[in-house]
Amino acid sequence: MKIANKKVTAERLVRDALEKAKHFEDYHIFTFLNEEGALKKAREIDKRIARGEKVGRLAGVPYALKDNFLSPEGETTASAHILQGFNSPVTATSVAKLEAEGAIMIGRTNLDAFAHGSSTENSYFGPTLNSHDKQRVAGGSSGGSAVAVALDIVEFATGTDTGGSVRQPASFNGIYGLKPTYGTISRYGVVAMASSTDCIGFFTKTPEDMDLLMSIASGQDPKDMTTLPDYYNTEASAESGDSRLAPSRPSSRGSGAHSAPVVAYGLESPNSCARVGIIKDFDNDSVHPEIRKALKNKVELLKSKGHEIVELEMPALKYGLAAYYILVPAELCSNLSRHDGVRYGFRSEKSKDLDALYENTRNEGFMPENKRRIMIGNFVLSSGFYDAYFLKAAKARTLIVKEYEKAFSKVDFILTPVSPNPAFKLGEKVDDPVAMYLEDVMSVSLNLAGVAGLAIPAGETKEGLPLGLQLVGPRRSDKRLIEFSKELI
Amino acid sequence: MDIKREDIVHLAELSNFSLPEKEIKSLQKDLQGIIKYISQLDELKVDDVEPTYQVFEMENVWREDEILPQEADREALLALTKEAKDNQIKVPKVL
Repeated sequence: MKIANKKVTAERLVRDALEKAKHFEDYHIFTFLNEEGALKKAREIDKRIARGEKVGRLAGVPYALKDNFLSPEGETTASAHILQGFNSPVTATSVAKLEAEGAIMIGRTNLDAFAHGSSTENSYFGPTLNSHDKQRVAGGSSGGSAVAVALDIVEFATGTDTGGSVRQPASFNGIYGLKPTYGTISRYGVVAMASSTDCIGFFTKTPEDMDLLMSIASGQDPKDMTTLPDYYNTEASAESGDSRLAPSRPSSRGSGAHSAPVVAYGLESPNSCARVGIIKDFDNDSVHPEIRKALKNKVELLKSKGHEIVELEMPALKYGLAAYYILVPAELCSNLSRHDGVRYGFRSEKSKDLDALYENTRNEGFMPENKRRIMIGNFVLSSGFYDAYFLKAAKARTLIVKEYEKAFSKVDFILTPVSPNPAFKLGEKVDDPVAMYLEDVMSVSLNLAGVAGLAIPAGETKEGLPLGLQLVGPRRSDKRLIEFSKELI
Repeated sequence: MDIKREDIVHLAELSNFSLPEKEIKSLQKDLQGIIKYISQLDELKVDDVEPTYQVFEMENVWREDEILPQEADREALLALTKEAKDNQIKVPKVL
């Protein structure tokens, strides 16, 4: 990415980004443009560069912030009416880390309200349009962030991924999108959806940029008790002690005349070959033919580079979506109970007493999809249905966790589609919640298991729509995952 | 299972929504479809499987029990509400 220096000023980079943001206004990418604040920060960085002072690793780099990250710059609305008017007095840890390295937020991006959705059509501010076809959806929920990077407005953007909200819009727009291992990046100051699956992630144009952002944003945060001690920046050294990487396997790398030393794929042995799993259960007519073809092409590419392809059967994954749409609504209906119009954001004015204030504010402030999910959450948690739905889904989750553990005892990574279809038409699924949910069928299981997934570009359809695939790795494999994605270019 | 009008009214009460009539109708249809989909877990035999509620690898993350300076003070937090008086948030009558 372009970083400010003595020749290219931060002000130039920021002005360019703001100009492009305005040029693409009709895509509805931004909920707020940070013109004044961004230029002020850029000039400060330029002064420091001119004085020869040390600047951060992201000095003057313009970025876009998904509008569910709290910071005092602009209202944090999560694209929901109920949060309109909320000027956060606190800053998310991830935002503070990026800005400490000199990154400059030029705007807040559109999302499905409270990140509930797979198309950005559930936004109170209207849908974001796909970067390659304005008749189609951006994907979601982090649609604005994905399009901001795909249209080259910014160098990178932040996202949140509870069930695919980074990976799916990344694949709909032909860029990289990472859902890290659960607990890798602090969630302090990010609007909560489902606490046991929510992850912070990024959109970038290259794996190198993703690696840089991860090395900056990851790590333990005393403000978020569910952050792991830093492994990302120490993984290379810790990895040599990983006994799982010991089993020998035949290497097909090289001409075959001599056998190369058998080493599992890892950062300390970048020339070794990897075992990559493909999931047989996903190879059927429910997946768009061009996505299946893109997967085949990448499999051939991996084989040609000497990597080993292993067919996996993962039958429990077919229950992932149903389990997800029980567990996540259950968690989010609790998390969203805090939005009541009393302490911040929108408040319905016409209420005669406190109960009416809650009910009117929540009725007017939430989008239809928010209401569906909150009500489903209350349904699966209510007495009489708890055992049949919530408990059963929690048990199904155990099967999914175990299925990934089993798979990663056989392979280093798994390569699968992100979603069954490329970007669909605006309005096509918005009135059919189950059809919309089915778009998440291949992405949600990773969140239930807490493993890492990186959406990578994988060509285009005949019509010119981007295609994406996801590379999945075990927990804490994020750095290797990003490194290995370079093999798929 | 069949989702009836009164089920939607009950769930709206639990959720604190004052739903207008036409929304009750559309939510009845939508929730019926969603519940039909998630009911496919019925076929799963998981009696002897332990549930998983979270996938974080650590437990009991402790910190010292001490008062630390906060990013936002009382004034900044009260400034977010529609109406405050004497350091308290003002709402319509409770009873």
